Amino acid sequence: MNSADRLAWILLLPLGAFVLAFFLLPLVRVVAVAGEGPNGMAEYLVILTNPRHVATLLATLTLSAGVTLATLAIGVVVALFLARNRFPGRALLVSMLTLPLAFPGVVVGFMIILLAGRQGLIGGITQSLGLGKLVFAYSMAGLFAGYVYFSLPRVLVTLMAAVEKLDPALSEAARSLGAGRFAVLRDVILPGLAPALTATGAIAFATAMGAFGTAFTLATRIDVLAMTIYTEFTLAANFSTACALSLALGLITWGVLAATRNFAGSGVAAAG
Amino acid sequence: MGTNPLVFAFQLLVTLIAAAFLVVPAVTSILAGVTVNYFQGVRSGLTLDWVAQVWGLYAPTIFRSIALALGTLAVTLLIGVPAAWALVRKPGRLTRLVEEIVTLPVAIPGLALALALILAYGGIRAFRASDAFILVGHVLYTLPFMLRAVMAVLAAVDVRTLEEGAASLGASPWQRFIQVVVPAARPGILAGSLMVVTLSIGEFNLTWMLHTPLTPTLPVGLADSYASMRLEIASAYTLVFFLMIVPLLLAIQFAGRDRRATDRKARP
Repeated sequence: MNSADRLAWILLLPLGAFVLAFFLLPLVRVVAVAGEGPNGMAEYLVILTNPRHVATLLATLTLSAGVTLATLAIGVVVALFLARNRFPGRALLVSMLTLPLAFPGVVVGFMIILLAGRQGLIGGITQSLGLGKLVFAYSMAGLFAGYVYFSLPRVLVTLMAAVEKLDPALSEAARSLGAGRFAVLRDVILPGLAPALTATGAIAFATAMGAFGTAFTLATRIDVLAMTIYTEFTLAANFSTACALSLALGLITWGVLAATRNFAGSGVAAAG
Repeated sequence: MGTNPLVFAFQLLVTLIAAAFLVVPAVTSILAGVTVNYFQGVRSGLTLDWVAQVWGLYAPTIFRSIALALGTLAVTLLIGVPAAWALVRKPGRLTRLVEEIVTLPVAIPGLALALALILAYGGIRAFRASDAFILVGHVLYTLPFMLRAVMAVLAAVDVRTLEEGAASLGASPWQRFIQVVVPAARPGILAGSLMVVTLSIGEFNLTWMLHTPLTPTLPVGLADSYASMRLEIASAYTLVFFLMIVPLLLAIQFAGRDRRATDRKARP
């Protein structure tokens, strides 16, 4: 081993020590605690065996899938519009659409309260239209809106870059060969965007599965996995269940991200 | 391609609704923070009283968040930049595995990470009650962003060739790291630093579990104000948060644009 290699190993040590002490060891502890409860090893599968947790899991999965689809659909329309049209104020519009990129979940929750809460803008509008006050912030619908708010800027950044890279000649060729607008979208544009859609969709999905701040701000009574873990851990002091659910949740989010990254990676490699 | 006016109108409508959805509540919150009475609207007059009240109630949370962000930055720089170099120079199965494990915390919900930290170290009272406990969580969560940013730049500038040049001139490995690698990594270090500070200031998922009543951060205070304060104070507090975070976000966008521009220039 030459001296530069030795230095490289030494420089890697602090990182290794930190990750070992504050990530790997705690992870081992979570795995251990999950199996130490009154139910023993059966606790690991509590997310699949306890009817209440199964319902929560299904609700969280449905919510996350819905958020992902909605965000991607809006993202594609907006990204195509911004790529095809040049107009004064476009740069400002792009800034407005991407600025909330790093608003934390708690702040996003407050944005939804201002929009759809008890004194919200939407409720004010529907009331003045004589439709009654529409309030949906403190429910699954509010959480849905919150996660779309959270993920839309991220999705847009990725999709705008991907749309810029699409070859407009392909769409034009398809059009000149008689393909309709919808056929071009389905057969040319969406396949071209597929790697970006998968990668960014996976992040939106994983975020919605595991996010806690928005749900915490909107209401503690929404049954999603993150809230269940929080109440099991802090209010019920049911550590083994909280750990088992955390492991399941971590496996889902990590699995989705790992699977799509590999998929998107090979897609990019094939395209290149 | 000729544009169908119906398609154009639909796209325009969706784009404008999306922009309004994102911006209108933010603007509402800013206005509510400086309005005498939100329910009467801006007509009731503008005031900085709410901001002053926020300062009186929550100033310590603001300072704690700034200190934590800078501390997190220092630690991620100290352990992240050297490690990024070590990982880039010898791409192999082992370095892939290290990279994989280090970036894992990004893929796992913050709530679960915090729970793991509490179970492992919550028993050490002095540590549990200190800001250092939150700092550890923030470093864990932001480290992958620093690593990725620095590794991307080092891989792009072909740091090994630079290093070999310096070595042939008689520089020791340590000199090469300080005088060649670190300057070459500067754009990545800048991008990574902005990201780390922004994420740390806004971090809630981990922090809510890791903080104690004596160590509340800005986002923890925000959650508290959303739950228990009148709307004007919650809004003024959010306004203070925006004032801290928006310059960072703009800097990130700017740094990204800069780097993309140089990337394009670099390619033939």
